[in-house]
Amino acid sequence: MLTHEQAGKIFDRIRKLSSADEVEVLFSGGEFSLTRFANNTIHQNVAEENHVVSVRTAFGQRTARATTNKVDDESLRLVVKNSESLARVQHPDPDLLTMPDARSAGGADEASALTQTRFFERTAAITPELRAEGVKKIVDIADRHELTAAGVFSSGEYFEGVFNSHGLTRWHTQTSAEVSVTMLAADSSGWQKANSPDITNVHPERLAETAAQKAVDSAHSKEVPAGKYTVILEPAAVLDIVGFMFWDYSGMAILDQRSFLTGRIGTRLFGENITIMDDVAHPLQSGSPFDGEGVFRKRVGLVENGVVKRVVYARATAARMKRSEHKDSAGRIEATGHGFALPNEMGEMPMNIVFAPSDEPQTLERMIASTERGILVTRLWYIREVEPFEKMLTGMTRDGTFLVENGRVHGGVRNFRFNESLIHMLSNVEAMSGPVRSCGEESFDMVVPAVKVNDFNFTEVTKF
Amino acid sequence: MKHVSKWALDTAVSRGASYADVRVIAQRNRALTTKNGKVGSASDAESVGMNVRVIADGAWGFAASAELGRGAVEATAARAVEIAQASARVKREDVQLAQEKPAVAEWSTPYKIDPFTTSVEQNIDLLLKIDAELRSVAGVTLAETNLNFSREEQWFASSEAAEIHQAKLSTGVGYAAYAFAGSEIQKRSYPNSFGGQWQNKGYELIEELNLVENARRIAEEAVALHKADQCPEGTFDIILDSSQLGLQIHESVGHPIELDRVLGMEANFAGTSFLTLDKLRTLRYGSDLVNVVADARQEHGPGLGTFGYDDEGVHAQCVPIITNGLFTGYLSSRDTAHTIGESRSGGTVRAESWNRLPMIRMTNISVLPGERPLSLEQLIASTDHGILMQTNRSWSIDDKRYNFQFGCEIGWEIKGGKRVRMVKNPSYSGITTEFWNALDAICSRDEWTLWGTPNCGKGQPQQVMGTGHGAAPARFRGIKVGSAFKGN
Repeated sequence: MLTHEQAGKIFDRIRKLSSADEVEVLFSGGEFSLTRFANNTIHQNVAEENHVVSVRTAFGQRTARATTNKVDDESLRLVVKNSESLARVQHPDPDLLTMPDARSAGGADEASALTQTRFFERTAAITPELRAEGVKKIVDIADRHELTAAGVFSSGEYFEGVFNSHGLTRWHTQTSAEVSVTMLAADSSGWQKANSPDITNVHPERLAETAAQKAVDSAHSKEVPAGKYTVILEPAAVLDIVGFMFWDYSGMAILDQRSFLTGRIGTRLFGENITIMDDVAHPLQSGSPFDGEGVFRKRVGLVENGVVKRVVYARATAARMKRSEHKDSAGRIEATGHGFALPNEMGEMPMNIVFAPSDEPQTLERMIASTERGILVTRLWYIREVEPFEKMLTGMTRDGTFLVENGRVHGGVRNFRFNESLIHMLSNVEAMSGPVRSCGEESFDMVVPAVKVNDFNFTEVTKF
Repeated sequence: MKHVSKWALDTAVSRGASYADVRVIAQRNRALTTKNGKVGSASDAESVGMNVRVIADGAWGFAASAELGRGAVEATAARAVEIAQASARVKREDVQLAQEKPAVAEWSTPYKIDPFTTSVEQNIDLLLKIDAELRSVAGVTLAETNLNFSREEQWFASSEAAEIHQAKLSTGVGYAAYAFAGSEIQKRSYPNSFGGQWQNKGYELIEELNLVENARRIAEEAVALHKADQCPEGTFDIILDSSQLGLQIHESVGHPIELDRVLGMEANFAGTSFLTLDKLRTLRYGSDLVNVVADARQEHGPGLGTFGYDDEGVHAQCVPIITNGLFTGYLSSRDTAHTIGESRSGGTVRAESWNRLPMIRMTNISVLPGERPLSLEQLIASTDHGILMQTNRSWSIDDKRYNFQFGCEIGWEIKGGKRVRMVKNPSYSGITTEFWNALDAICSRDEWTLWGTPNCGKGQPQQVMGTGHGAAPARFRGIKVGSAFKGN
C-alpha cells in the first residue's frame, strides 16, 4: 500500500513537472479482497490492489483534473500534461478559490478530531483462508436450518491523501471488514449485514443466525392488503431510505434550487424527536476526516428537534452563498469541510450521518410489543425518488417482512411496494431505538436507530 | 502485452490452475459537464492494470493489480491460485466450463471520428451553446449538460491458447432543464435522462442527435409542466416512448434473464429471478408481438453491448430471448451454460475494468420493431383513450423482477386518437409478465432506436456496465397508472 512518505515524493515529482500556478494531488487506493458465496458455495473470490493519482492544476481561475494509476516518470509527465492542457482551455470560473494552505483548511478541532484509529492490523491481515473459514461457519448454520446461504465476506486496507502546492498535506488510512448474509428458504428469506474498520466488531455467525431465523419465521408468507400501516423499520431500512435526502443538505443544492430544503431552512420539517448531525469523529463512524480539498470536516447539526438548521458547504459554495439572493434563508454559512474534489458540479454533501438518541429510546422488542397492528421491515430495496420537493420515494421491502398484531410477530407477509414522503415519514416517528452503526445497499453507512412510523404508505403487494 | 499474459498464465498453471485467463486492460475517459453557464467538471482519466482468473481445485479465484512488472504479475497470478484454493474449501461441485474454440483475433469498434481527437474547446463550446439555449427560456432554474468519451483496449489470453485484442470506443451526451417554482421541481431531459444517449461509436453520435435544435423545446416543456394537470390515476392504455421502453426492457427482461441471477449467484445483492429454469420455453412472457433478442453483434447496431468477443473470449452472438411471446433464452457464461443444457456460452461475460471480475452482463437486449409499418403518430391515432409517457424519471422493481413502478418526466393524455393535454408526474406500475402480455402494438423500424444505459450496477464488489436496448414506441392495454401518488 502507498505510504504517506511515498505519496509525498510522488507529489514532489509532479510539482516539479508542472508549470501551473497551483497544483493539487489526491491519492487514493489500497488492497481489497472479497469472498462471495451463493448456494452454500464460494462461487467468486477476488482481490485487487490499486492506487490512483489525481492531479488538479489551476491557471488563475481555470482548473481541471487528470487521473492515472501509474507513477513512472512518463505517466506522471503525461498526467500533468493532460491536466494542464484541459485546465488551460477552460473558461475562467469566477467562483474558484485559490487552494487552501494548512492553516486556512482548518485544524482538526476538538469536535472533529479522530480520537481513535480506524486502521486495525488484525483486519488488514485477514487472508483468503480466514474468509473461507468464516464463510464455512455461515454455510454450516445454513445447512443446520436447511437453508441456502448467499453473501460476502470482505476485508481491505485503504489510504486517502491530499497534497497541494500551498504546503497542505493530509493523509488517512483505514481498514474495513464486512459480512453480508442472505438466507433463503423455499419461499422466504432473511438478511443481515455489518461492517466495521475492526473485524472484532463483525460477527459472521451471529449475522447468519439472525438471517436464518428471519427466513424460517417468514416462511409461507401471507398476502396482506396494501394500505397505510404502522411500520417498524430496522436500522438498515432506515438508513437506506433516509439516505436519499442527504444530497439536498448541500449549499450548492440550495443555490441550484434543486434541494427540497429550498425555502425551508429554519422551519420545522420533521417531528420534534428528529435530530441529525454530520459527525465524522463519532466513534461508530468511519471515513477520512477531511474533504476533497483537504479541509477538515466539522461536526454540523443538520436537524435539531425537527427543525432544519443547516446544510454543509465546500469553501467556494460558502463564499458564493454569502453573495447570493438566498443567503438570508440558507442558515449559518461557513465552509464545513464537506466538499467533493474539484472541479465538480454538485458541491458538497454530508457523508457521516448520526441520528441523536431519543429522549426515551425503545428496544425493537418494545416497539413490537406496543404495536396493535403493523409491519416489521428488515430492509428496503430499489429505492428511487418519485417527487423531489416532498421527497417522495418508492421502493420495496425485502428479506424478512412480518405482520405484527397485538404486540407479537405473526409470521411473514408478502413484500410491499411503498410510496412515501420522507417529510411525512420523519414527521410520524412514534418511537426510536438507540442509534447503532448500520449499513445497507442503497446509501452509505450511518449511525441510525430503528424507528416505528405511523401511516407508512404501502401502495402495492408483490407476488412473494 | 503478450509477455504479461505469458508470465501470468505460466505462473497460474505451474501453481496448480487447471484453467487460467488473463486480461490486460487500458482505459481512458474524458468527462465534461456544464451547469448554469459554467463548466461543472472537466476530467481526463486513465487506468491500466491486469487481472488473472483461474480454476484450481475445482473452484474460482481472481486477483488484479495495477502493476505490470514481471514480479507483480507473477505474484498476482499466484494470489489468484491461492484464492481459488481457499474457495475450494467451501464448494459443492467443481466448476464446469463449456467448450469454446480458442480464438486468435483482433476487433475494434467501427467509428468515423475518434472523439479523443476533438478538442476540449470544441466540446465545451457545444455544451455551453446547449446550456444557453436551455436558460434562454424563462422559468428554467437549472441547466445541466454532460459529454463523455471512453476507450478501452483489452488483451485477453487463456491457458487454452486464446489470444484476443479488442479496442472499444463509446460516446455519451445529454442534457436536462429543471424548473423550480412554488413547491415543485419539474425536469425535462434530452435525448434521454440520467446521462443522455450513449453508443459504441465515435463523435459522429454527437452530430446525429440535433442537440442544440431540441434544447429550447425541452426547456419550454420543463416550464410548461408546472401548469399541466397531474396525470390521472386509474387503469389506462398507455403508450411508452422508445427511450422509456428501453429502460422497461432493461429492468423487466434484461435482468431476470441473467442466468447467474436465476441460479442464485446474485441473491445477496441484486436479487434472484422469477425465471426459474422450468420456465424456459414454457412461459408466455409477452404477447405474440413481443420478440426480444440479446445481440452483441455489430450488425445489431453500435450499442453499448456490442463487441467482438466477450471477456471470456467467446464470440459475440445473437440469442433469442422472447420469440413471439414465448420465453426462449437466458444470458449465459461458460460456467453456467450447462445448467440450461447448452454446450456453448451465450457470450455475455464482461467486466467494468481491469480490477473487476468478469460476469454475465446484458449485451444489447432489444425488443424488435413491429413488422407492420406503424409510426408513433399512427399509434396515437389508433388509441381511443390513453396516456403517452416520455423519458424516464424514476424506476424501481422488486428483487425477483416481478413488481415494478416507473415514473416519466412528461405525459400526454390521448382522447379520440389525439393528444388533448399535457400531464405531469405520469407513472405506471405492474407485474412483469402481465405487463408484456398487454402489449398490443409496436411501431416499426423507422421509430426504433438503440439506446444506451451506461451505468447498470451488479456484482459484489459492485461494478457498472454499459448495456444497449433497442426499442420502438409501443402500446400496452389496461395498465395501472398513478398509484405512486395514491394516498399521498
